[in-house]
Amino acid sequence: MVKLSIEHLSKRYWFEREDREVLAVSDVSLAVEDGEFLAIVGPSGCGKTTLLNIVAGLLPYEEGTVSIDGKRVDGPGVDRAVVFQHSSLLPWRTIAGNIRYGMEMQRRFDEATMHQRADHFVKMVGLNGFEKHFPNELSGGMQQRVNLARALAADPKVLLMDEPFAALDAQTREFMQAELLKIWSQDRKTVLFITHQINEAVYLADRVAVMSARPGRLKGVFKIPFGRPRTLSLKRDPQFLEIEDSIWKLIEEESQKLNMVLAEK
Amino acid sequence: MSKKKSSGRPHQSFYAKHEAVILGGLSIVLIIGVWQAFWSAGMISPLFFSSPSAIVKQFRYTLVEGTLLSDMKYSGTNFAIGFVLAVITGVVAGVLIGWYRRLRLFCDPFLNAFYATPRIAMVPLIIIWFGIGIWSKVFIVFLSAFFPVLINTVGGVRALDRDLLRAAKAYCASDWQIFKTLAIPGSVPFILTGVRQGVALGLIGMVVGEMVGSSQGVGFMVVYGGQTFNTDTLFVGMIVIAFSGIALTWLAERLERRFSRWRPER
Ligand SMILES: Nc1ncnc2c1ncn2[C@@H]1O[C@H](COP(=O)(O)OP(=O)(O)OP(=O)(O)O)[C@@H](O)[C@H]1O
Ligand SMILES: [Mg+2]
Repeated sequence: MVKLSIEHLSKRYWFEREDREVLAVSDVSLAVEDGEFLAIVGPSGCGKTTLLNIVAGLLPYEEGTVSIDGKRVDGPGVDRAVVFQHSSLLPWRTIAGNIRYGMEMQRRFDEATMHQRADHFVKMVGLNGFEKHFPNELSGGMQQRVNLARALAADPKVLLMDEPFAALDAQTREFMQAELLKIWSQDRKTVLFITHQINEAVYLADRVAVMSARPGRLKGVFKIPFGRPRTLSLKRDPQFLEIEDSIWKLIEEESQKLNMVLAEK
Repeated sequence: MSKKKSSGRPHQSFYAKHEAVILGGLSIVLIIGVWQAFWSAGMISPLFFSSPSAIVKQFRYTLVEGTLLSDMKYSGTNFAIGFVLAVITGVVAGVLIGWYRRLRLFCDPFLNAFYATPRIAMVPLIIIWFGIGIWSKVFIVFLSAFFPVLINTVGGVRALDRDLLRAAKAYCASDWQIFKTLAIPGSVPFILTGVRQGVALGLIGMVVGEMVGSSQGVGFMVVYGGQTFNTDTLFVGMIVIAFSGIALTWLAERLERRFSRWRPER
């Protein structure tokens, strides 16, 4: 069953300073199955964030359709939750208060349920004992866990993640990837995960969609054949490296084309 | 018997803990000592300057037999009324102006003009309006403290973090929820900065008001001391004003810090 469907989506920005249009996303079609973990990779500036913000309902769009459970996306909704690249936690709220924040805004749960869910997700992301701390007292990795817990606590049908681990150091990132898989495997929500790290995408996802540089087009979709649960040692598996390599080649080919176009000018 | 503490507050020597107080106190004692020494050596004319011992003596005299207490009460009352009014109206108006864009555009020219004009320039006009009674002093304090509170509050409400705004919107927050959970808590440190600046400017307003048209108050005491070449009285007045300023600013800073606990160390 298709959960999230994107059909012929294009998005243009009006670039004020140069008085011209920028085509950020061009004719993207993609269907994400219920319970599927789909990753999107692509070079910087290829329109990944634009795509995710449209799905989140934070950006209006004119061309194409985005729908969840067959219903057109027109603005934010309680069926989605976003984990942003910058943890965007409220600095004046404690960790517990931040985890509650999404639920409070959505007004779907009563007080007791919110309390109990906040408790549950603090533990799930391994931050019990830090409930009364403020975000500035936590490391970057811990802040991203709060960010994740806030999204999960809101009980979305689709979880949208925009390079959530990009700001972390390599070691913490690997740890968080494993942690994310562990948490995700508990209730297998539909996930749209954006990254520019091919390695991360292949490790996490059921399928990896590759986007090309400007304008952002869908170049290809790779099915990742590994079963679950996955361990970090998978990253050294020859087949893993092979997939990683072919994705690389696809992106590289793209950037070479771009260079050629630039050279001709 | 005492168990070794495994963690917790790192140990600090007495000096390290109180370094600011010790060095600051030392500087005060030193300066007062040198000042008194010069005075005692007869190197300072009593017409132009005073000495610590003379000030202390005069302070005692004005406190017990003079009007210092009633002057302080008079000035303090004027300041308190004007300042409290300024904070209340400044915060309310600032929140409204910061939140409603149209209101801000509407008020902007007026605010800019007012903000750029030194409030002192308006004192004669205020005395024409309110007479030389307490309300002209109250109004000058009010006007002096109002603008820093207002301007900072507007800035605080407007300084909404875009990332936070986006997150709130992604969770379907209403405008009212955004106002309550982002705009207001986010502007508290700005408001308190405004309050701290308001204390300083309000005190100036208080003194100026009394210098121009009054027959009591600490500000008047300073002017009167000057006009009668009573340098000791003048100094007592100045010192009372200085200490009120220090005490009030200290209070405001504590308040500021108390409510900015979540801020990264500056
Ligand atoms: N508000 C905007 N106005 C004009 N152009 C924009 C705007 N936001 C993005 N763009 C343009 O759209 C393109 C895609 O931007 P987007 O942020 O979606 O890229 P991205 O793939 O997320 O990049 P990164 O990996 O660096 O985060 C870029 O070329 C950018 O210049
Ligand atoms: Mg991006």
